Formats: sequence, C-alpha cells, structure tokens
Amino acid sequence: MSDSDSHATGSPYAPQTAAETAAMLDAVGADDLESLFDVPESVAFDSEFGIDARSERATRREVARLLGRNADLTEFLGRGHYDHYVPSVVDDLASRSEFLTSYTQYQPEVAQGFLQALFEFQSMLVELTGLGVANCSMYDDATALGEAATLSQRVRSVSGDRILVPEHLRAGKRAVLSNYADGPDLTVESYPMSDGIVDVPALADDIGDDTAMVYAESPTVRGVIEERLGAIGDLTHDHEALFCLGSDPIALSLLERPVDVGADVVVGDAASLGTGTAYGFGLGMFVTREEYLRQVPGRLVGASEDAADRRAYTLTLQTREQHIRKERATSNICTNQAWVALRTAMHAAWLGPDGLIDLAKDCVTRARDIADRLDDIVGVKAPIHGRHHFREFLARTDQPASAIVADLAAEGFAVHAVDDHLVQVCATETTADATDEFVAAFREVAK
Amino acid sequence: MNYDQARWTDDSDDLYEPLLSEKANETVEVDDSPLPDDLTRDSLSLPDPAEPELARHYTRLSQMNYGVESGPFPLGSCTMKYNPSFTEDVAGRADAAIHPGRPDSTVQGTLALCHRLQDYLGRIGGMDAVTLQPPAGAAGEFTGIQIAKAYHEHNDDERSEVVIPDSAHGTNFATAAMAGYEVVELPSGDDGRVDIEALEAAVGDDTAALMLTNPNTLGLFERDIEHVADIVHDAGGLLYYDGANLNALLGRARPGDMGFDVMHYNVHKTFATPHGGGGPGAGPVGVREELAQFLPNPHVRERGGNYEHYEPSNSIGKVHGFYGNWPVLLKTFAYIARLGDEGLRDASAKAVLNANYLAEQIEYEVPFGPFHHEFVASAGEQDAADAAKRMLDYGVHPPTTKWPEIVDEALMTEPTEGETKRSLDQLAAAFNAVAGDSDAELADAPSRPTAKRIDQATAARNPRLSWQALDDT
Repeated sequence: MSDSDSHATGSPYAPQTAAETAAMLDAVGADDLESLFDVPESVAFDSEFGIDARSERATRREVARLLGRNADLTEFLGRGHYDHYVPSVVDDLASRSEFLTSYTQYQPEVAQGFLQALFEFQSMLVELTGLGVANCSMYDDATALGEAATLSQRVRSVSGDRILVPEHLRAGKRAVLSNYADGPDLTVESYPMSDGIVDVPALADDIGDDTAMVYAESPTVRGVIEERLGAIGDLTHDHEALFCLGSDPIALSLLERPVDVGADVVVGDAASLGTGTAYGFGLGMFVTREEYLRQVPGRLVGASEDAADRRAYTLTLQTREQHIRKERATSNICTNQAWVALRTAMHAAWLGPDGLIDLAKDCVTRARDIADRLDDIVGVKAPIHGRHHFREFLARTDQPASAIVADLAAEGFAVHAVDDHLVQVCATETTADATDEFVAAFREVAK
Repeated sequence: MNYDQARWTDDSDDLYEPLLSEKANETVEVDDSPLPDDLTRDSLSLPDPAEPELARHYTRLSQMNYGVESGPFPLGSCTMKYNPSFTEDVAGRADAAIHPGRPDSTVQGTLALCHRLQDYLGRIGGMDAVTLQPPAGAAGEFTGIQIAKAYHEHNDDERSEVVIPDSAHGTNFATAAMAGYEVVELPSGDDGRVDIEALEAAVGDDTAALMLTNPNTLGLFERDIEHVADIVHDAGGLLYYDGANLNALLGRARPGDMGFDVMHYNVHKTFATPHGGGGPGAGPVGVREELAQFLPNPHVRERGGNYEHYEPSNSIGKVHGFYGNWPVLLKTFAYIARLGDEGLRDASAKAVLNANYLAEQIEYEVPFGPFHHEFVASAGEQDAADAAKRMLDYGVHPPTTKWPEIVDEALMTEPTEGETKRSLDQLAAAFNAVAGDSDAELADAPSRPTAKRIDQATAARNPRLSWQALDDT
C-alpha cells in the first residue's frame, strides 16, 4: 500500500486516505487542512495538550491497571443505587448498533424500533404506577424529583412555594432538589420521621396552603416500607398540594399502586433494572396524572398512524420542549437516558410479571433474613425499626459505625456508615453467595 | 435500517403490532406475599415473553432503526460520529462496576481515572478546573449558569439577565430560565455572527452571562470573540461557552484562551459515546480558577499520591444524585487516550474538511461561510421538513431541519470526520436528487422505510402514550 492510500492518519476513526484528503482539499480550493480553520491568530492555540496517543491495547491495559487500584470488596451497599443481576440477553440486544448509535428520534420513520421500545417502557411505568403519563426518562431519581418540584409550581391552582421532604432523605438527592428549587424560588423544608416512617401528625402541623408539594418515599432511604402513604396523600390533597412519591420499578411490582394512595407524581431510579452498579449511573423515572400532560418535562413517545394507516410511533407534544419552546419550555432536558430506559424495559420484559413480583418479594425476605442473622450477634441490633423492609435496613452497633465500616472493608465487605453507631446493609441476589461470610465477618468486627 | 427486509414486511400488519403490548400481557395476582395485604398491590399486568421471543422482538426493533453504523447521519449540531467498539468494552468492564457509597480509600482507581480525565478536559478546553458530575450537555449548562449565579451572589452583585444569540441551542434559553434568569435574545448580524452593536446594546449591569457557542450553529467562527469577551467582562458579566461544537476546534483554539469563564463539554459529541437513541451523555463543566470554589460537590483532588473527594469552599451543591454518568466518562477517557494530541487535532481537521467539501458538492444555496464542522443549507422554495423525508428514500439520514431560524428552510448539516469521500459523495447525491424532486414527490415521502409519513398532528391532538391508552385494544 502506498502512503496515499493509507488510513493511518492521526485519528483512527477518520477514514479518509491521504489521496482522498488531497482531492477534497482541491475541491474546496484549500492548500492544506490548517487553512480551513477560520481562527484569528490572537486566539489560535499553537501548543500541545501533552496527551500521548496509545494503542487500543495499551489504553485497555491502562484502564485495567488504574481500576486495579480499587479494593476488591463485596458490596452490601444501597441507599439509592442497587445491584441486581442483569441477564446477558440485555447486554447483547442493547449493544446492537442500530440502537446504540442512533440519535433522538427526530425522524420517526427510520426510528420506529427505538420509539416502540420507549413506548413500551412508558407503558410499563403506567402499569406499575397506575398513573396515566410516563415520560421516557430523566437523568436519575434526584433530577426527576427536582423536575417534579418545578412541575408542582406550574400546575398548582393556589400559590405557595414550600416543598416538604422527609428528614431521612439522601443528602445528595436533597442537594440536587435545592439546585432545581433555586431558580423558581421554591423553599425545601424537612418534615419529621418517626421510627422509620413519616410522622403524619407532625407533617399535618407543618403543611399549609403555601405548600406546593409533599414528597415521600417507599421504600425509604433506610429501606423501610412506608405504611401510611394513603394518609399522606389525603393530607397533601387537603391543602391542594401535589403528592410526589419516590420508589423504583422493582418495589412498585409488589407495593401498593401509587394511584391508589393518591400520588400525583411518581419519581425514582429505574436503573435498578437493566444496569447494575455503575458508580451512581441512573435512570430517572417520571410518571404523572394525565391532567398534567402538557406540563410534563422531557420526551414523550405517542402512538399515531403513518400514511398507510398503520400504527406508528413518534415523539409528541414537543412544543413543551426546549428545542421548540426555548425559555418557555417545561425543562431544559434534551439528551436523556433513552438507552438505559431500553435496557430497563428489556430486563422487565425478561423477568415478566411473575419474575418481577418474585424479585420484589425476594427484596423483602432477604433483608429480613439477613437482619435477623445480624440481630443474633452480640452488640448488634437489627433492624432498628420494627417494620417491613425492602432490600436494606439499619443496624445499631455497640462499636462505632466508622470502625465497623473500616474493619469490614479489611475483611472484604462494604456497608454504609449512617451515624455514629448506625450502619446500613443492603442485600440483593447478587451478594447471596457471600452472605454467610459477611455475617461471620460482621460477628468478628462487632465484638 | 435494513430496507429490503422492511419492504418485505410492508404488507403484513401483524408484524407492526407491539409484541410487548396488551395482547401479550400476562396478569399475575400478588399473593403469598411476605407483606400484609394492605401494603401490596393486587395484581400486575406486564408482558411475559420467553427469552427467544424477547430476542426476536428487540432484534426486529433494532432493524427498524437507523444509527451511525447504518449509514451517514449528518444531523447538524448533534455531532453523530462513529464510536469505536473498544470504548464500549472499557465502559462495560466488570471492575468498573463500583457502588458510589464506597469510602474514597477503596476506590482509588476510579478516582484516579476521574482525576486524569478532569486534567485532560482542562487542557483541551484551556480551563483551570473541571467537574465531571453533570449528566448531559443541558445539565452542564445548568451547572455552569448556577456557578455564574453563585459567583455574582458571592460578590453581592445581583444580576437578572442572561444574553443569548438567536441562533443558539434551545437548551441555552431553557437553562437560563430554569435558573431564574430573564433571557435577552441577541439578533445575529448580517454575516451570521454576533452583531457587536446589538451586543453592546444588550449587555449591561443586569447581565449575568452571555451564552455562546464558537463556532456557532451556522458553523461560523466568531472572529471577534476577544472583543465580545471584553464587552461582557467590562459590564461585569461572565462568558459561557456551549461546548456543543467543540469538535470543530480541537487543538486549534481553546475556550479558555478566547476569554470564556465557564464551559461545558458534550463528551458524547466531541469524544466518544454512542448517543443511544437520546442518551446517556455527559456534560463536564470547566471553569477558570476564580470560579473553581463554586464547582459541584464532590470534586476530586490528589494529595500525596492519593485521591479524595472534597467539597469546594462555595460549592453550588449537586446537579446529579451521585457522580454523574460514569460509564460515559470512562468512554471519554479511553477515546482521548487512544487519539492523543495528534488524533484529536486530526479528527477536528477532517470534520472541518468534510463539512466544507460537502457544502461545496450540494446544489442548495449555502449562505455564509467559511465553515467549520457544519453548514446550514437552505431548501429554498422547498419545505425543509419534506425535503428531509425525501432524503430517507435515498437511504441516508437527513440533516437537522428548520433550525436555526435565521436561514429559511434550514438544512443544518454536520457530516463529522467519520465519513469517507465516497460516503460524502453519496450524501451529496441524495441532497441533489431531492433538490430536483417535485413538491408532490416530497409530500409523499418517505416510501422506503418501515413507516411512511407519520401523522404528527393526530399524535399531538389525541395523545396515546402507552398501550393502556390505545383505543383499539
């Protein structure tokens, strides 16, 4: 091969040969590539980044070497990010390049596959919640909660700017909510919890006609299944505020339907299906009542017909969105988590309704069993709340929580430290094989 | 898109039924629950395919979808480039699957990678500090504008407006409004660039920031950028760089050197992440040193060979529940490492060459110029949306249509570096064929893909957004 035929230029993914480059430069009347850049001398960058190119093999080795510095721990960790087994078929199908390398479906005639998949994702969330409208993803549960707060201000008939959230809200989630609340001047306030669930009388004292939205979770960040959702919904509606419920699709397969407890919006992280653990990588779900349809943030896929009268899918109600409505849009979201939603829909379909319900039951019984086993250890009380749990629970330890965490890490296990003497343990099917060793290690470190 | 297969199924209605629809649903009672009845739902009705059915369903759906690996995808401003397979492998590594709740001391490798990527992005953008947390470009904009707001508040300097050119991405406007600012729209000058007189009139004591992309959405470099920066800075405002078009500048100019104070990087556009039908992306934000104190919490730093999270002194808080879209960042790191200085510069040069070559080959009028990575052609007497549908019949994905509005019947085209001369010629042939087609042919298009023209009006007038809402069940 002569030099002019070679693809071996700087970027291995720029496929023009030297001969093609020369022909194209000739066609546009340019002497060389540099002359194409219309950058004034005064701002031109004439230095180097100092980044050496590596081969594929060397890059992979470098990443492996770096990640090798992570401790090898079995993670009994949750608090908003969960590891569930993802079947291989999900990886395989989602990796098909027609899905992976496509864009937002602005030309629906050549995007029917992805649109149908997203329509099916929306449909699953509608079934799980009982509410009429699901969008086809937000970034994560925290950003979805932020969008719910701003929605509440847009749709509420009376004025008021207070957003009430449980005192046991993950700090990261609350911090994101605060940023979303900043622009529209909403105020985020905590209401008390009592023994792991919402203190409804205290909430009744806090709530007022200036409350725009009440947010509650089930399961809570501590894994407690909220027992009084209906009462929270009634109280919220007495003040014409929006009731926003946080959950996830696995929990929703078993727990009370949000529509039955009066939820107006359901948010949460749907990445518990289809993704596994990826350092907090998420998939925000956003489901609401049909009456708020035109105030929904994000993409919506709708069914329509094509010119041959066949069912066809398309992005719809785009006049809510930033690319049409600009500063009057319901949200600034553009790129969302569509591919993650595809994976979640695949995983849910793979499990089917039986599989989902069984997985959810497993989240209840597994947490109960491991809590019982830890409770047998001298110096440990688990769970600290005498309630039903989902995936995770708190344990009180005589030893300082920080010491428990450090000592367990030395034994190869990770748990959360929540307070001075409180640790949180999350158990799913992915750690099932390690449970016996974990309990034994806990016994050692709790002494 | 496998057109032949699509045509073969044209007459078979059944194949268009959603396999995972109401017709395939299984209703299951929730009984024998480990929970009391009043805490559980009664039943669940969802699709229940066996794995082989599931595999066929999604394989078929994929065949009804067009991606970059199906053919040219010159969607202007979206930078749809080829994405190497190996970055997917890197992101999917089992040892990358880390829980965010771990102590720093047990995730030194992950933090080291974050730190190295922060450093790389800082060098590429000419920025002093970079956060990886924002999960998309628009989230990066929101982060950047919240940083600008925090900066002004820190200086007891209340400002109420953000200035944005009329050619800017819609996200700019929505972001500024979301952060509580009034938007001042800046009309473009006759040459498609910032009109200095209009800018001087728009900027003042109320200006918190000017949001600008450079090259702009017409593919034009803002040659007066230093003057623009002076005007904004003299008024006490900050200059925000929308990184959507950074692919056209790699190694030729850096936002930091041009006077920008804050920027976001659309790493899924400029570097490598397949867009996945609409996400995930990631939108790291770079700032100059004075603004580093406002970056989101946590930030990653190195101390004595160890890496740790810390909270910047006047942090705006958080813009994502955890650390952002981590797998996307891993791909970004792998891509930058693979290309290095020379590769990044080459990618940019070829993207610019391809845009200029394609602009030269097509018969539609292409106003303005010279171009960087993209250009906006005008469909003239034709309706741009119809012209786009007709392009589908010629086997390529059309450009972005009817935007920016400053060009009549806009066809906004960005071929990227990933196309050969041969595929650009194919694209040009499609453009030119459409340019010669009649209005009737355009109105009937497309005829070749799996779906013919879709009725958007009915979809919006009678929204059916789930299988539960379909009326023909």
